[in-house]
Amino acid sequence: MGRKLLLEHIDVPGIETFEVYRKNGGYRSVEKALKTMSPQNVVEEVQASGLRGRGGAGFPTGMKWSFLAKPEGVPRYLLCNADESEPGTFKDRYLMEKIPHLLVEGMIVSSYALGCNQSYIYIRGEYMWVLEIVEKAIAEAYANGFLGKNILGSGYDLDLAIAPGGGAYICGEETALIESLEGKRGNPRIKPPFPAVRGLWGCPTVVNNVESIAAVVPIVNDGGAEYAKIGIGKSTGTKLISACGNLVKPGVYEIELGITVEEFIYSDEWCGGIANGKKIKACVPGGSSVPILPANLITKTAEGVDRLMSYEGLAEGGFASGSMLGSGGFIVFDEDQCIVRNTWNFARFYAHESCGQCSPCREGTGWMEKVLRRLENGQGHMHDIDLLAEINKKIEGNTICPLGDAAAWPVAAAIRHFREEFEWHVTHPDEAVKRNFGIASNHMPLV
Amino acid sequence: MQENWTHKMSISVTHNSTDQAEPQFSAEKMVEVQRFINHYPEGKQKSALMRILHLAEEEFGGWLSVPTMNYVAGLLNIQPIEVYEVATFYTMFNIEKPGKVVLEVCRTGPCMLVGSDQIIEHIENKLDIKVGQTSADGMFTLKTAECLGACGYGPMLQCGKHYHEHLTPAKVDELLDTLRKEHSDK
Amino acid sequence: MVKVIIDDIEVEVEPGTTILNAARQIGGDVVPPAMCYYSKLQGSGGKCRTCLVEVAAGSTADPRPMPKLVASCSTPVMDGMIVKNKTSERVYDNRAAVTEFLLINHPLDCPICDQAGECHLQDLGFEHGKEGTRYEEKRRTFDPIDIGDKIKLHMNRCILCYRCVYVANQLTDKRVHGIMHRGDHAEISTYIEQAIDNDFSGNVIDVCPVGALTDKTFRFKSRVWFLKPMEASCECTKCAGKAVVWMFGDEIYRVTGRKDKYGEIEDIDGKTAWICNECRFDKKDKSQWNIEGPRVINRHSVIAQNQYLVDERIESKKLN
Ligand SMILES: Cc1cc2nc3c(=O)[nH]c(=O)nc-3n(C[C@H](O)[C@H](O)[C@H](O)COP(=O)(O)O)c2cc1C
Ligand code: SF4
Ligand code: SF4
Ligand code: FES
Repeated sequence: MGRKLLLEHIDVPGIETFEVYRKNGGYRSVEKALKTMSPQNVVEEVQASGLRGRGGAGFPTGMKWSFLAKPEGVPRYLLCNADESEPGTFKDRYLMEKIPHLLVEGMIVSSYALGCNQSYIYIRGEYMWVLEIVEKAIAEAYANGFLGKNILGSGYDLDLAIAPGGGAYICGEETALIESLEGKRGNPRIKPPFPAVRGLWGCPTVVNNVESIAAVVPIVNDGGAEYAKIGIGKSTGTKLISACGNLVKPGVYEIELGITVEEFIYSDEWCGGIANGKKIKACVPGGSSVPILPANLITKTAEGVDRLMSYEGLAEGGFASGSMLGSGGFIVFDEDQCIVRNTWNFARFYAHESCGQCSPCREGTGWMEKVLRRLENGQGHMHDIDLLAEINKKIEGNTICPLGDAAAWPVAAAIRHFREEFEWHVTHPDEAVKRNFGIASNHMPLV
Repeated sequence: MQENWTHKMSISVTHNSTDQAEPQFSAEKMVEVQRFINHYPEGKQKSALMRILHLAEEEFGGWLSVPTMNYVAGLLNIQPIEVYEVATFYTMFNIEKPGKVVLEVCRTGPCMLVGSDQIIEHIENKLDIKVGQTSADGMFTLKTAECLGACGYGPMLQCGKHYHEHLTPAKVDELLDTLRKEHSDK
Repeated sequence: MVKVIIDDIEVEVEPGTTILNAARQIGGDVVPPAMCYYSKLQGSGGKCRTCLVEVAAGSTADPRPMPKLVASCSTPVMDGMIVKNKTSERVYDNRAAVTEFLLINHPLDCPICDQAGECHLQDLGFEHGKEGTRYEEKRRTFDPIDIGDKIKLHMNRCILCYRCVYVANQLTDKRVHGIMHRGDHAEISTYIEQAIDNDFSGNVIDVCPVGALTDKTFRFKSRVWFLKPMEASCECTKCAGKAVVWMFGDEIYRVTGRKDKYGEIEDIDGKTAWICNECRFDKKDKSQWNIEGPRVINRHSVIAQNQYLVDERIESKKLN
């Protein structure tokens, strides 16, 4: 068993209540930080931990915190990104639902570190019942003197509130989240200025993922150096992976970064292998936005080395033969799944979720979706495949926010690794229409 | 083949302002509304908009009519257009009157891999409607949704605040029966 | 002042100036096309992506090139920055793609569009478009609607530049139209049947780069290139009363603000000369105006070429 830092007490009955959580060592980090550490000390511990943002981009959290502008007399805000909408990702929900106080505790120490007196948790609207759970935890924290004025007699004040989303993946993007929190449409802002300088209501703002915030708790408790001992290289600590698709045991797992993909998929401690005795065909290891990996590149890199579950391990080989850890949404496809159908499905998702502000994304995602839908339904042409590749090249990098890239990459990667399957849909229109199962066991050679 | 949007053309002319009586939150709900507004600094009350819209939908028939949105605009002292813009942007808000029960089946990749297409088809056949439609008795509206964050527990659907996971056709039948009973007297 | 080189031409500008505005100080074809940015509207720009340019060197302090193309309308220059617009193939390539994106759902109904001849999308298509289309799907369509009795909205033609929304926010006291829905279903709308009616609301017509918002009082449909634009002024209590009246013989067919070569309303005495609705919609009698003389119109829109007096200042710049 690997070490558990976040989910250690997840199975303790009643852990969602303040009492039980506190008995199991909860809120120690708040006591420690507020009584014995300066805010700067906390930031330093987070820097020392090597913690990288768990929301998808993997940007070092300590560094992000150090960028926060601190002009005199202007409030600063910490926003927790609980918008979790990336297909394949359901770890934040799990954490908030099962052990909400961990997030509340993390919010308190993180807000203290950043010098914020008002913080918000932005939860996607669909998680309304999760919102109620977290709101209850917040109320308990207030009742026990961990939130509000003069917390634990330290002189530090903090108010924490929740804001719900309303069904928009794009609000996971930091600046769209800020717009949404201001009660507006979730249109991402043009950067610069970055939120660290001008964010919520024009004030310096930090946005962090639920898991990143939660990870601050063990970092403060045990020290950044201790946290950094877990993991491999620049991928320190533990990571929640939400595994789904055709697995024997889908679910949320906390892994030490650096275990092998092979172990994660096939060992009984984790996913337990592919469901129904089938073979694996492909894997999207970090949420729908990251490149898909064909069977031969999942557990081994192109060099034949064991692929590791880490930021670097999953990215090994770059876009040609690698992927990304992303948000930890680990989607596994069995041999009967159709890559074209799935690519269309993801393209539809991005077209549906584009805010529509900038032309390449607004028009390009819709266009790709329509072309892919035709291909999937046996009305495609050979030239459509190149057209798709062409469209996604023209979206990528040309948009206001990374949703454009997120829409482009999966299509590019699917065509790169499964071109034959796209061509098969053109040459076998009748079969393509009839059923959605792909070509059996497509173990494509490396291009 | 499933259209991914039911395309409303020129919505401007499809909505008029007399489609519902003047809504009004109860005194008890007004306390809630005030609490939501108090989460934000002075002058930033617009931030409470989404939270209040969710509440308004719950209170005023499961959707946001023009009078409802105008009412909320008044509460927050903003222009009605600012509410319309937000209500149409976020897919959770119903801007047309749905059936008593709204079923939203997740249709995105991970759920599709484990059979959401079959669940959608099953409900369509069972209720004799297509996605986007309401059953003849006005009871159920079937919608699809993009990833609801239950990928490991699919196929799944959302109904109000509840997630129903690990669905099978049999479980769907059972669920529909329960929901029908729960809502038939209302 | 900071120095920046755009297409091998050096220019000195105030710190904080955007690349686009620095290029406008040079003028000519160094200036990237801007479909959404409008210098007189705060916050505009960044959306259409037609103005993307390549930054070959970020600044003297950090001369690394920027990996992505940047929106020139919303990226400030740095001292020593080297920018490539017309000298970059990558820029042209991507601009062609953006043009294609803007056109895939466009109805291409120029022959019946009031904006034809002064449409920025036509210009863009002419300069950067490809022949034919690779778009085989159904186009998105909306019915044209009236937004009050003065303004017509052809949503089919809208490129969602948001300029009209900024006008409503910044020039009028109560905005009644906005953007509904999202993605490729986003649309300009009032949501409920409602007139955009406010002393300055007519300016949405002047800022619209395409024929999405047009003047319903534009009498007797006529091609703009058959009309004679005249500079005119009047005593007006609401606005500066400086406009362009578009005449056919002795009749005023329509009234617009005075636009500069970028299609933006000119500043007169240090203030942007937005015209009020009364001047725009109601003063269609020659006696209500003091006609000052022919308006110099720079080359703009293919169809309009050679129809107007040519702005020689611009032409002479283009030669060097
Ligand atoms: C389109 C889009 C959607 C995103 N969705 C989420 C999300 O749902 N949750 C999240 O934590 N980060 C999301 N992100 C990443 C955030 O922008 C941001 O990087 C993150 O919240 C930062 O937190 P971290 O540094 O703790 O990871 C998204 C980014 C983009 C571009
Ligand atoms: S890339 Fe897409 S989602 Fe992002 S701002 Fe542009 S249109 Fe909106
Ligand atoms: S109607 Fe015209 S001004 Fe308004 S967003 Fe569309 S193109 Fe821009
Ligand atoms: S003018 Fe710069 S993005 Fe539109």
